[in-house]
Amino acid sequence: MSEQFEPKIVAFVCTYCTYAGADLAGTSRLKYAPNVRLVRLPCTGRISPMFILKALQKGADGVLISGCHPGDCHFTHGNYHARRRWTVFRALLDFTGIPTDRVKYSWISAAEGVKFAELINTITEDIRALGPFTQYHGLIEETQSQASL
Amino acid sequence: MAKIGVFICHCGENIAGKVDTSRLAAALGDHPGVSVSVEYKYFCSDPGQESVKKAIRENHLTGVVVAACSPRMHEATFRKACAEAGLNPYLCEIANIREHCSWVHSDGDMATDKAIDITRSMVEKVKRNNMLQPIEVPVTRRAMVIGGGIAGIQAALDIASAGQEVVLVEREPSLGGHMAQLSETFPTLDCSQCIMTPRMVEAAQHPNIRLLTYAEVEHVDGYIGNFKVRVRMKSRFVHMDKCTGCGDCYLKCPVKKIPSEFDCGLGKRTAIYTPFAQSVPNNPVIDKTNCIYFKNGKCKLCQKACAADAIDFEMQDEFLELEVGAIVVATGFQVQNTAMYGEYGYGKYADVITGLQFERLASASGPTAGKILRPSDQKEPEHIVFIQCAGSRDPSKGVRYCSKICCMYTAKHAMLYAHKVQGGKTSIFYMDIRAGGKGYDEFTRRAIEEDEASYLRGRVSKVWEENGKLMVRGVDTLLGRPVEIAADMVVLATAMVAQPGAKEFAKTIGIGYDEYGFYNEAHLKLRPVESSTAGIFLAGTCQSPKDIPDSVAQASASASKVLALFSKDRLEREPVIASCNEATCAGCWGCVLACPYNAIEKKDILDRSGRVIKQVASVNPGLCQGCGTCVTFCRSNSIDLAGFTEKQIFAEVMGL
Repeated sequence: MSEQFEPKIVAFVCTYCTYAGADLAGTSRLKYAPNVRLVRLPCTGRISPMFILKALQKGADGVLISGCHPGDCHFTHGNYHARRRWTVFRALLDFTGIPTDRVKYSWISAAEGVKFAELINTITEDIRALGPFTQYHGLIEETQSQASL
Repeated sequence: MAKIGVFICHCGENIAGKVDTSRLAAALGDHPGVSVSVEYKYFCSDPGQESVKKAIRENHLTGVVVAACSPRMHEATFRKACAEAGLNPYLCEIANIREHCSWVHSDGDMATDKAIDITRSMVEKVKRNNMLQPIEVPVTRRAMVIGGGIAGIQAALDIASAGQEVVLVEREPSLGGHMAQLSETFPTLDCSQCIMTPRMVEAAQHPNIRLLTYAEVEHVDGYIGNFKVRVRMKSRFVHMDKCTGCGDCYLKCPVKKIPSEFDCGLGKRTAIYTPFAQSVPNNPVIDKTNCIYFKNGKCKLCQKACAADAIDFEMQDEFLELEVGAIVVATGFQVQNTAMYGEYGYGKYADVITGLQFERLASASGPTAGKILRPSDQKEPEHIVFIQCAGSRDPSKGVRYCSKICCMYTAKHAMLYAHKVQGGKTSIFYMDIRAGGKGYDEFTRRAIEEDEASYLRGRVSKVWEENGKLMVRGVDTLLGRPVEIAADMVVLATAMVAQPGAKEFAKTIGIGYDEYGFYNEAHLKLRPVESSTAGIFLAGTCQSPKDIPDSVAQASASASKVLALFSKDRLEREPVIASCNEATCAGCWGCVLACPYNAIEKKDILDRSGRVIKQVASVNPGLCQGCGTCVTFCRSNSIDLAGFTEKQIFAEVMGL
């Protein structure tokens, strides 16, 4: 049996809802797939499409954006900006040929540890099914040399 | 050259039990820029923190990464330790390898791989961290309380009694709010006016309280500790300093049949009036729309009657600009317009009234001097039907929530009626009896067991008039049969809804609101009296329906928050705020649109001769809350967010 493909997923999350939800999953000792790496930001409104592209460029097989539910944003409406931005950006992704199903968007509150664990499992399986993301692999070396600047 | 120290905590077995910490330490030790990579059983312990400090001093570290529990747990601890060792605290970051790694994964190898990624990514971030200083802003030690009901009065009294200045703003001519309208209060049945009016007087006479009645907040500028508020003093046409409150003016006023707002239309008032006999202040106002002089240019009977020469028909609205450090919003609620329940006949039949109107009927100071009389013929009703949830918990009427107080006040109404009218019959249609609270369930039981209120579980479908009786058709779902009752009066327990204009007012002062127009708290459980805007607090029913004890408790809680804010001369805030590069800013104002806090202002750039050569964005550090939405919006990459700069995030992603 061949070894299972382990995707690498980068998650951009807000510190008030989803990061806290992930903390709750931890304190509840829920078990989920170890494929996701969280990048903590103050608000989903801070998430630039460039972060997502950079993650994909760096070799991530999938990206997750997650923040507070609509209406619950700590910063009143940063998540609405994120949602609008995502809607536009998804069209651009599609246009460039990057499969949009590699980038997921969700709402997870600080109370939804279980939902966070389930989401990570689902996304890991989804991305695993899509296989490794290779379109950007040729650029990795170049970007790494840039990063060390 | 970066010299980063990596401190890997075992957290007993919590981390080390899953993650191979020696492999983690070795991997990070080899990472460029890392000069120390050590592990220890408990870094948060005293000896653990001491070892971090020692390492900082001995190795002249330029940054620290603690791989341990969530930053929400111990970021403050380690930042403090760094500061004590002479390292800027914002050069310390936490790699969360417990909640996000060791606790949630089963496979040790993969967990270790993930821990290495997480820690390496934080090392890359911390290399690009900047030394930041907490932001200090001055505090104006004066609070404004908006709303002079029980919540506003309580908040004002608490703040004033602690020795701080308060400006209490009330839009109506008198303090008192809804509580002054009530007859008796549950669950003790003590008279509302008897406990309310002394509070009103106390607030008006308190040396630290400046009372502004018949005044409205028009505009709020500024930020925590430094608000500038414009208040419109509506013209009363009566000079407060001259008026003695003798009442000769309204005795002479020829317009006597204006429905009294205070009596919910059941009583009448004059055109120059005080809302009620115990008004505070006891100075009347002239209702311009009903005054004969303002309509026809003739009359002035009140002016002739006034011995103090206090009446001035030429008076204009005045504006006050006030500087305050904190604001308590206590703007209250209104009773839902019952006209939307056409089937209950409110407005069509005079004897179908709201709960608040019943309060006025039962009040000793009300239009009937406390006698329960039908509005239509002033006869004592023999049978009253109460309909609970007339508006609340009804999604089709836009109110999905429970108004919380109606079960209790309906039980109270039934008791008051039983006490005042011998042999009177009461039927109450209800959905559920919600009587949570100290002494509350006992109270509703008393209504049923001692005062013989008959509770029918079900809804009413129709109310109509027949032979001088109000016929009420409903269903008793417990017996499973329809019911028809011939009543003399129907009382609707109408929903508590947000004040008219509550949403616009929220925008004026810059706070959030929910779909119903109730104001949002910063956190439902842990920060229930703070609004989402720093320095603005909430009290009473403007936040959600609540009863008097809850309103008072919330008001005192708000006051304690205000006093905590006023306990220092200057405020210290986390320096996670945006700043703009004026050299590259093109002045497109995308950031202005994005900012939820109006924190971005337009700043003129002048040349030597003082001419404006361009306008750029400038972030007000007092207002900025650090969400970073503007950063992402900025087309020219001119705005960046301290602590989460573009460089830092990209480095973090590259480190993964």
